[in-house]
Amino acid sequence: MSKKTAANNEPKAADGAKAEEAANPISAAAQAPINAKLKPEARIELFRTMVRIRRFEERCLRAYQQGKIGGFLHLYIGQEAVATGCVSVLGDNDHLITAYRDHGHGLAVGMSMNEMMAENYGKATGCSKGKGGSMHYFAPDKNFWGGHGIVGGQIPLGTGIAFALKYKGLKGACLAFMGDGAVNQGAVHEAYNLAALWDIPVVFIIENNGYSMGTSQTRSSAGESLAKRAEGYGMTWGICNGHDLYEVRDKVAAAIQLAHEKSRPSVLEIRTYRYRGHSVSDPDSTYRRKSEVEDYRRTKDPLQLFQTSLIAEGVLDEEKAAKIDAEARAEADAAADFADASPPPTVEDISKDIYWEQDAPADQRTKGRLLFD
Amino acid sequence: MPVITYREALNQALAEELDRDPNVILMGEEVGQFNGAYKVSEGLLERFGSKRILDTPISEAGFIGLGLGASMLGLRPVMELMFWSFYSVAFDQILNNAANVRYMSGGLIHCPIVIRGPANGGTNVGATHSHTPENICAHHPGVKVVVAATPADAKGLLKSAIRDNDPVMFMENTILYNDKGEVPDGEHLVPIGLADIKRSGTDLTIVAHGRAVLTSLKAAEQLQAEHKISAEVVDLRSIRPLDEETILKSVRKTHRVLLVEENKPFCGVDAQISYLIQEKAFDDLDAPIKRVSAIDAPQIYAPALEREHQLPNPARILKAALEVLR
Ligand SMILES: Cc1ncc(C[n+]2csc(CCOP(=O)(O)OP(=O)(O)O)c2C)c(N)n1
Repeated sequence: MSKKTAANNEPKAADGAKAEEAANPISAAAQAPINAKLKPEARIELFRTMVRIRRFEERCLRAYQQGKIGGFLHLYIGQEAVATGCVSVLGDNDHLITAYRDHGHGLAVGMSMNEMMAENYGKATGCSKGKGGSMHYFAPDKNFWGGHGIVGGQIPLGTGIAFALKYKGLKGACLAFMGDGAVNQGAVHEAYNLAALWDIPVVFIIENNGYSMGTSQTRSSAGESLAKRAEGYGMTWGICNGHDLYEVRDKVAAAIQLAHEKSRPSVLEIRTYRYRGHSVSDPDSTYRRKSEVEDYRRTKDPLQLFQTSLIAEGVLDEEKAAKIDAEARAEADAAADFADASPPPTVEDISKDIYWEQDAPADQRTKGRLLFD
Repeated sequence: MPVITYREALNQALAEELDRDPNVILMGEEVGQFNGAYKVSEGLLERFGSKRILDTPISEAGFIGLGLGASMLGLRPVMELMFWSFYSVAFDQILNNAANVRYMSGGLIHCPIVIRGPANGGTNVGATHSHTPENICAHHPGVKVVVAATPADAKGLLKSAIRDNDPVMFMENTILYNDKGEVPDGEHLVPIGLADIKRSGTDLTIVAHGRAVLTSLKAAEQLQAEHKISAEVVDLRSIRPLDEETILKSVRKTHRVLLVEENKPFCGVDAQISYLIQEKAFDDLDAPIKRVSAIDAPQIYAPALEREHQLPNPARILKAALEVLR
């Protein structure tokens, strides 16, 4: 592992990535109990999830360039270890919610590439029937409460989901994801306060990829650390290397444990990096140097790091890795074909899914207003 | 007259006003180093420096409130919302503070702030990014609401908005940024509160604002060509104050009215105008008023449907116009 440091004007996120050792490609966190007990097949599944996220996104990019996907497309490439690691330690009663950069979270919770790609294409077979688009994935059956478009707006929601878990007496937590830009929204601070005040089992996860659109974290956030702001609310906080899947699992598991056992919220800042522009329409050339991105790709790519680690652990070999990769590419291509062949919603569909009475005429009869029918 | 884009017209207005008055400043997410998410502020940081062109964090309530406070002390802040959809985050500052300070202080305090940015659906960005909030803002006495349909109006109205002593909500449209039109060089002011007849006619009055004006103009051409119907298109330009006189004058000339807007119909701007006409020109009407709005649903993402079906299009306008004329 090269220790080459990145460019000088690089955001604070870079510090988090210093953990890799030159000699041993296996992260120290691999020894943590939650990782040590992982079976080889489970490790390979984690790798597969990361590969699937990457290949899905690359396929999305191609579709966008072909004009098949409209609106915005925020790619998660470079951040795969975060969603994968976080979701992999969730239990049955644990939930998650995130912002518009939601493809990684969707695949990690088990949504299919087909329903995701079809949503991006605006087709009726999409997870939101083509109504939400790339930024608005939902899979409540998988404890995934969405992709949300208003920066920071999902954080009070995540706090409310955790509140409901506690209210119902369930031992669960909600992971509420946000970017480094979102931490400056008032809603985030109001949610922090409520969570800490009422002992709500929520884990606030800051996916710090160094930039909010074209603004580096150093130009948008005062204070020495984003996570440390938690101290003002009496919350536990931590910083995590988001290029290292094992470390993500270890630290998120600890935060979830705190939520489960003490019903306490916490803030975890996971330092990661995005390789592409903010969205596909962002040329990405004005606010950071090409060499910065290249350095990350070369030395801190989460996929590459984990692959190297698994090979060193004797769990994976090049051939198997190539096979997983080929399968993921084929799956993404098939999803694009599926989306292409799917029908768009109809004009009538525009007016559905607005009010429950319209969606469920049978339920309507159970409510008071039709008692005198 | 030079032909420039809607975006360039806004940029000219900003540059000229920044140049003219040292109290004018521009603030918002990505307006400086990034030149604005839609490049409206291209080159302004370079020209006016970081004291006057300020990149803000993503904290709409914070920076809109800050801009308002600064306006109370005599600055003339122009605040960019990257999308008008994000007004909701700042709405407490707009509704409880901007709209009320002058009134609550018995007229002691001016709030010369402009809040501007793209609004409207039509770009396949889903419900959270497609709000058209002119009706919501206009509901609140104390703020002015302005919507420009053409590059010339964009420039003239923005310059007037910056010189206005009240809070002005200035709504642009993402789809229009690349539209071209003739725009006078240098000083060009369009007064706030004055509607414009974009096409004169005798058989039918179409009242619209923003991009709906352009859609209505297309429909009006078709009405003329295919049905020999002469439609007059009134562009409101400002929703509040509303130019009642121009609307009523046109109604008294044509006796038939079609209202077109890109917003949802329920409690929309058209509802207000429809009431105005029945209140003040009922006897002049030869047929019931009709309107064409966006389909009454949150904005759909599906690219195949949004612009062509959910928003008013010439075909829907044509159909409704023929109904009014029946
Ligand atoms: C309230 C609000 N303001 C502005 C935007 C426009 N916007 C979308 S994403 C973004 C940057 C967010 O950056 P960050 O939170 O760091 O997340 P990242 O994109 O890096 O994942 C901005 C300004 C928005 N969607 N919502």
